[in-house]
Amino acid sequence: MKKNKFFSSDRIVTIVNTLILLLICVIMLYPMYFTVIASVSEPVDVATGQVTFWPKGFTLDGYKEVFKQDQIWVGYRNTIIYTVLGTLLSLVMTIPAAYALSKKKMRFRDGFSIFFAFTMFFSGGLLPTYLLVRNLNLVNKWYTIIILGAFSVSNMVIARTYFQINIPDVLYEASELDGANQLQQFFRIALPLAKPIIAVIALYYAIGRWNDYFTAAIYLSEADYYPLQLVLRDILINNQLSIGALDTSGMSAEQLLYITRKAYMAEAMKYSIIFIASLPMLIIYPFIQKYFVKGALVGSVKG
Amino acid sequence: MKEKNKEAAVQPDSPLRPKSKKGLGFYLRDWRLWLLLLPAVIYVFIFSYIPMYGVQIAFRDYTAKAGIWGSKWVGMKHFIRFFNFPNFKLYMENTLRLGIYGLSMFPVSIIFALMLNEVRSVKFKKAVQMISYMPYFLSTVVVCSMILLFFDENKGFVNTIIEFLGGQRIDFLTRPEFFDDIYVLSNTWQIMGFGAIIYVAALSNVPTELVEAARIDGASRLQIIWHIYLPSIMPTIIIMLIFSCGGILSASHEKILLLQNSLNLSASQVISTYTYKIGIQSGQFSYATAIGLFNNIVNVIILAIVNTIAKKTSEISIW
Repeated sequence: MKKNKFFSSDRIVTIVNTLILLLICVIMLYPMYFTVIASVSEPVDVATGQVTFWPKGFTLDGYKEVFKQDQIWVGYRNTIIYTVLGTLLSLVMTIPAAYALSKKKMRFRDGFSIFFAFTMFFSGGLLPTYLLVRNLNLVNKWYTIIILGAFSVSNMVIARTYFQINIPDVLYEASELDGANQLQQFFRIALPLAKPIIAVIALYYAIGRWNDYFTAAIYLSEADYYPLQLVLRDILINNQLSIGALDTSGMSAEQLLYITRKAYMAEAMKYSIIFIASLPMLIIYPFIQKYFVKGALVGSVKG
Repeated sequence: MKEKNKEAAVQPDSPLRPKSKKGLGFYLRDWRLWLLLLPAVIYVFIFSYIPMYGVQIAFRDYTAKAGIWGSKWVGMKHFIRFFNFPNFKLYMENTLRLGIYGLSMFPVSIIFALMLNEVRSVKFKKAVQMISYMPYFLSTVVVCSMILLFFDENKGFVNTIIEFLGGQRIDFLTRPEFFDDIYVLSNTWQIMGFGAIIYVAALSNVPTELVEAARIDGASRLQIIWHIYLPSIMPTIIIMLIFSCGGILSASHEKILLLQNSLNLSASQVISTYTYKIGIQSGQFSYATAIGLFNNIVNVIILAIVNTIAKKTSEISIW
């Protein structure tokens, strides 16, 4: 490298590169940053566009209102239940199947592989699935949300590749000599060694479930079963938020002012809700992202 | 987990445990592995194959009373109806336009990965990468409500900035001409960092001797990127490109439905959202199934074509 020249082309590359990357960071972070500062600013200032880089005024009224919204907390509870139970169900189906398919000598392995792979290209689609769920009498049942989407072929392929690459055949051969059958091999050898990939697959499923609103939107009508994302859709997208009736007749100026502020509050609350709803992910994603990276890498290896 | 332990307990002294005998036992040798596959096979059979079987209602006039078999066979009626539907061309165009626009963002993750690869400081690189993943973890509903809030004509900060810079406030959310940008660019915002992971990994496998040799020969950094790094990750790029092309007609109805309003419909109604509207909302099951099936078939054809081209030109393919 030529270090003597101050304005060498390489140096310019470094400077421009760093600047663009910093700009990218700002673009990635700003929307969430803005959400946070807007959620604690004076509602009127947010609504009139006074807030850009720093909070204006400081109020936690938005959050106080959010804590009064029972539906959000019911949604939170439901989502946690759906995510935990759903992810467990997914793992129980995905990991053993992935292990079996990782065995190259298994009889009818190709047949099973095609059976699964075919569904990645063709599907019955929205309506035939809907009719099936209806015929199974699963509409508007809370457990429908857990059952649907419990298995993903691409997640299974990732786990299968992991089994193939990371668990040496020698281990199985050794245990065979000790008289272990295939199930014992799975539970005693493969499963303990598969902890990293189980974590990856569990997170893939869990994030998918946490963030899903569509399944619930189609199959649930009972509000008590709504997952958080569907509650959010109703509040944030469809504007179904009630913070008291707006009867302005016979009100004093002060009361009117109060009402006006409350009307603005409905908008400002949205920022608080977005933040509260995203908080769990924002807290845990720096810790779990390495698992996602791992999953993406295993998935990229052609099995 | 409990269930499986039970299965395991039954195994050891089972009569079906042939070691060397040929015959039925020879073929059933792996029944324990099949047992592990069973839950997944049953699930996929019920929730993927039965709906595939149900797709035949696209060729029938389905009524709940008559059921799938009992409903009258009408052949291509629903497909013909869709092709003759006045808005067919518009919805097809919308779907394709969003797909192609989305595909044009394909290089963004690659460029980002190449830029990260040029960073010397490990800490800075890690920090930028971590920050770039953040939007990926936000839900569709949250991202869409952010869009609705930020781009609002009167209250959104985007318009505040435009006005501050001397421009006019624009109603982004109801004007059809802005829909594509909002949809595609917000997608790019969400997946750019995460999509780069695979390329960053591929780049870290490029042999350093190769890069050093080029440097000694006097190649500039841009030349090294162009002549060494980019060709090295080309196989990864092609695989990802094939998959992206396969999804060209699968604009996300989950996201579009959240951004759709009566005023931007002329740009935002795509085949999958129309399927939803016709099927789930108006209950025309057969017609909606036909539309969905048509979309699926076109997708597979595109994937097959792209895969063939890739195979011929670069000997890389997904099957």
